[in-house]
Amino acid sequence: MNRTTTLASAACIALAAWCAPAGAQTGPIRIGLPVPLTGPYGAEAQDQVRNAELAIREFNDAGGLAGRKAELLVRDDKLNPAEAATRALELIEKDHVDFIVGSLSAATQLAVNNVTRQRKVPYISISQSDAINEAADFSRYTFHESLNPHMTTQAVGRYAFRKGMRIAFLTADYAYGQEMTRGFTRVAKEVGATVVGEIRHPLGATDYSPYLPRLMALRPDVVVFNNFGRDNQISIKQAGEFGLKGRTKFVTPVLTYTSRVAAGARVYDGVVGGSSYYWAIESTTPSARALNDRYRRAYNGAVPSDYGSMAYSAVRSLLQAVKAAGTSDTEKVVDALAALRYDTYKGPQSYRACDHQSMQSVLVIQSKAAPQGSPDIFSVLQVAPASADALRSCAELGFK
Amino acid sequence: MDGITPQLVALQLFTGLALGAVYVLLAVGLSLIFGMLTVVNFAHGAFFMVGAYAGYALYQVVPNFWLCLVLVPLVVAAFGMAVERTLIRPLYGRGIDYPLLLTFGLAYVMVEAVRIAFGKQGLPVDTPELLQGSADILVGEFPLYRLFVIGVTVLVLAGLWLFIEKTSFGLIVRAGARDPQIVRILGIDVARVWLIVFGLGTGVAGLAGFLAAPMQGISPEMGGSVLTVAFVVTVVGGMGSLVGAIVAGVLVGVVESLAVLFVPEAAKVSMFVIMALVLLVRPQGLFGRAGLMN
Repeated sequence: MNRTTTLASAACIALAAWCAPAGAQTGPIRIGLPVPLTGPYGAEAQDQVRNAELAIREFNDAGGLAGRKAELLVRDDKLNPAEAATRALELIEKDHVDFIVGSLSAATQLAVNNVTRQRKVPYISISQSDAINEAADFSRYTFHESLNPHMTTQAVGRYAFRKGMRIAFLTADYAYGQEMTRGFTRVAKEVGATVVGEIRHPLGATDYSPYLPRLMALRPDVVVFNNFGRDNQISIKQAGEFGLKGRTKFVTPVLTYTSRVAAGARVYDGVVGGSSYYWAIESTTPSARALNDRYRRAYNGAVPSDYGSMAYSAVRSLLQAVKAAGTSDTEKVVDALAALRYDTYKGPQSYRACDHQSMQSVLVIQSKAAPQGSPDIFSVLQVAPASADALRSCAELGFK
Repeated sequence: MDGITPQLVALQLFTGLALGAVYVLLAVGLSLIFGMLTVVNFAHGAFFMVGAYAGYALYQVVPNFWLCLVLVPLVVAAFGMAVERTLIRPLYGRGIDYPLLLTFGLAYVMVEAVRIAFGKQGLPVDTPELLQGSADILVGEFPLYRLFVIGVTVLVLAGLWLFIEKTSFGLIVRAGARDPQIVRILGIDVARVWLIVFGLGTGVAGLAGFLAAPMQGISPEMGGSVLTVAFVVTVVGGMGSLVGAIVAGVLVGVVESLAVLFVPEAAKVSMFVIMALVLLVRPQGLFGRAGLMN
């Protein structure tokens, strides 16, 4: 079987233009998953792999696409846009994947998207980005399963900011942080709060002490940590040690399960943030319960994280579209995805027509004290329902 | 920028001093090993990381911060000495790039080994109970733990200085650095001296890693950025100079911290600007002896 596939692909290379689509219809359905396994976002990335594998197994156990199984190809993009682009290119050219899901950074997903849209390979990105929605970066093959900074900051900002409050930002100086700052600045203006300053730090910084006295001197009511992963954990920890927490409220756009578990209750005590998913919504959401149970069975009773479950949803909805289309043919699957109404893990979702942004609920959560090892670490403060109103209008994104 | 008060500048200055203390601790081991052995130890950052992980592992067995504080440098020093004895010693007398390449490769092996043993994703480390919270230092609040790190750094440096300048063994070390051949003719086992110096340098790196863990957590890659800082400080201060490492570490820390206040975009670059300037004006570094590299 394997040799036949090799031979077939060898033949395909020889006959590239005519043979490629036909060849793609016979072997397993291949999905590439480039994620930053090494580096400051490693914990989140590893849970994305676990979840994506879960979705693949579920599809295969249900018989696949009339017997055709799905296969996951995991690659480490090391949180580096150039590396991510190379890995994506390899996945397409060498491994002949049908689809790509992944990349956990606003910068790497744009790099991957650049590769996939040129080569007309459907790509579902699972990390926050505003740029990927905009007309300049959009393509028919680009889908965005993740929340985007605009909808996240709208939900979190409206919850945390009040008229007259002084808001300061500590921002990771790259696309993610900058887009979050832009989003929060907009909300602040809308609710009548004042932005008193922004301190930027390089991605992956380990000592935030030089930034903190300046931040304190701004006398903010709210400090927003526009950074992610290990950066988020270390900066919040060090800001707490500098005595900043007593006087100000700590807010972060995306409060991840993995960061809270890694850094512990004391570091994150009282921090408010947004989230795409928290396992406890299973009490009201049947699809969440289904995913959690599946995950618990597979991984010793643990629960899926927010960024992890997003990978599950992306792979599962993609394979759902494949089933709906009845084929892995690129154009037909893209049409099926665009028309898909799915509820894979958190309630109803669907892609908006103009930018393929997944319309979905946004949770506002707060870290709470919990015994070591307990998964019950957040309280859900608010759930903003799925709606196109939460997004920037198609016209604002540059679509005509 | 508005709102820059004298009090803020003072606090920022103090933050820079604290940052500098950490930098000094990072660089001093590297500088020591180069000065005495002319080995450019590219695995210095990896020894730093090993110190942090050794502390983490040891703490699971003996959950006592103070005991770990003493044990970790000893464990890492023992490991460093084993490395010197088995890997680096055969390369003495072969030219400076042999041990450089060896330690460069060794660093990769060490990082990969730690990834296999402890996982890729990094682990959190709690600040010891006694040192949590902050203290009032007249110009503002400052974390107690960072004050403690400054204290330890001062003690370590004083100890090193006394050891090298005031003991008879230190005299041999200094003589060995000047002219190993003469020292050997005088009947002194230079190999043993170098072994101890290498252990000392790596032990201090391990201690720095252990102390850094509660501030930033631990991860297999944590030594990477540290190596850069250590090299910059060593080059600015002068390869092999203890005083140079101290002055340069504090200088780099203070400049970086003040840059955040006045030219925030340039904060991270500031240390390289200092290095470039020093190299232009005084290639051997502020306190370095010329010709060590020859």
